[in-house]
Amino acid sequence: MAGVDSPVVDWLPRISQLNADYARAIDDDRLEDWPAFFVERCLYKITSADNHRKGLPAGIVYADSRGMLQDRVAALRQANIYERQSYRHLVGLPAILADADGGARTETPFLVVRIMRDGTMDLFATGRYLDVLVEENGALRFRERIVVCDSGRIDTLLAIPL
Amino acid sequence: MTTADVRHDWPGSTLARVPYWVYQDEANYRAELRRIFEGPVWNFVCLESDVAARGEYRTTFIGEMPVIVVRDNDGEIHAFENRCAHRGALIALDDQGTAKHFQCVYHAWTYDLEGNLVGIAFERGSHGRGGMPPEFCKADHGPRKLRVATFHGLVFASLSPEAPLLEDYLGEAVRDRIARVLRGPVQVLGRFTQALPNNWKLYVENVKDTYHASLLHAFFTTFRVTRLTQGGGVLVSPDGGHHASTTIDRANDGESGAYREQGLRSDHEGYRLVDPSLLDAVDEFGDGIKLQILTVFPNFVLQQIANCLAVRQVLPKGPGAMELHWTYFGFADDTPEMHGRRLKQSNLVGPAGYVSMEDGCVGGFVQRGAVAAPDALSVVNMGGERAESQDTRATEASVRGFWKAYRRYMAG
Repeated sequence: MAGVDSPVVDWLPRISQLNADYARAIDDDRLEDWPAFFVERCLYKITSADNHRKGLPAGIVYADSRGMLQDRVAALRQANIYERQSYRHLVGLPAILADADGGARTETPFLVVRIMRDGTMDLFATGRYLDVLVEENGALRFRERIVVCDSGRIDTLLAIPL
Repeated sequence: MTTADVRHDWPGSTLARVPYWVYQDEANYRAELRRIFEGPVWNFVCLESDVAARGEYRTTFIGEMPVIVVRDNDGEIHAFENRCAHRGALIALDDQGTAKHFQCVYHAWTYDLEGNLVGIAFERGSHGRGGMPPEFCKADHGPRKLRVATFHGLVFASLSPEAPLLEDYLGEAVRDRIARVLRGPVQVLGRFTQALPNNWKLYVENVKDTYHASLLHAFFTTFRVTRLTQGGGVLVSPDGGHHASTTIDRANDGESGAYREQGLRSDHEGYRLVDPSLLDAVDEFGDGIKLQILTVFPNFVLQQIANCLAVRQVLPKGPGAMELHWTYFGFADDTPEMHGRRLKQSNLVGPAGYVSMEDGCVGGFVQRGAVAAPDALSVVNMGGERAESQDTRATEASVRGFWKAYRRYMAG
């Protein structure tokens, strides 16, 4: 964990607020707000614990710019076909692991229930967010968010970001 | 199961009509496992690089039958049923690993890397009592062994002595199409599994269906990764079972109006990427083929979508469920630029793929839509009645090819 004299220790309430805001944006279907949680040159990737452990780099979703996140949202809204569905994120407590080049490296567990249009509710994903957070214009943003799903088996499809 | 238990009520010999019971019927599904997956076909089981070292193994399935694929100490690859000859338990429990031999956890019966039973715990009993009867012959007991053959880094297995040699099974045209993509040692970039709520055949048909690609997948057409109005065609193997569809890049697609004229959803003028680096593709094979989708009957898909390469393994899991195992790969000699390109373009495929997401759900739409209509007929008539190669993708020729091969195996 980060040393007690590290400035990022004070970030804990702000990190918790950021994670809560992030989850609300997705669960409330405000996907257009989602890219703004990231800095322009970022890395967002959804992968499995198995790939992560083995160092296999590919992701189910892989974006190395905020623009790619905006494109993901645009495609979901305009091009892709999937049944109406929503998520409910339960995000656990962030562990601040280390200072990271002007930011903080954190790990936060999550659980996502997917609710389909017919009312079916399933535990869709569990895992951890491996994040690098930086301060930009007074706000905390993700420079990196690696979504490491505990399982590499996805039910039907993954449309909405985790 | 006798032949009489399995439905045969097809609408005559036409390949252009398919009854919905083939996606639903439990007895028919059981017959498919025996006659197709465990029959005289070659099933894709893994990449050669998955079992690169001596003793390295992977576990997978032939239909629903669990199998172990392993490289022995002489460098030969073997495959055998993952079932202990004693009480039927799984012999290997992990997805992959390295072994000097395999030992069943239940009673410690031991197998060598060829699948031979070589050791029985307390075979001679304890203190002169118990043990196996003296006439028990270990060589007569063992899991079923499969034939194994490789082609350009792909490992296939067959339970049947009647399957032709793999090269002949594939045929020259399909071999050439595989060799075109698998040009050297691969490097696996990631693996994902997609659990699909539909019969396995609905997915295989979907992959072979060149007609749907630019209609269902609006992302494709919008960014001109492929349109039916682009060049290309579909190759169908003589027996119908395998196919390769190709899209050839054209610098100027002057026919985009065809989509607008027909009022198709796939045509969105003015939709542009904020970060177009996603589609920064290069012609790495030097032949202008932007996209090639290839299937080998019954369970294998090789995909080249621009620089995004993957193999997909289709595994049936009951009449109404299946798993799709994706392995994304590049080549060991990829430049850092090509490596980065492949990672970005992997957004196109997989469970969240811009041009494959819909394939995850559309099979389920058919499974649910046709649930009350087992005797109604699906129409597979685009491009006529026959199952032969065509120089257009506005055809269902390769889907008819699938049914031609399927019915031949099932008539068995």
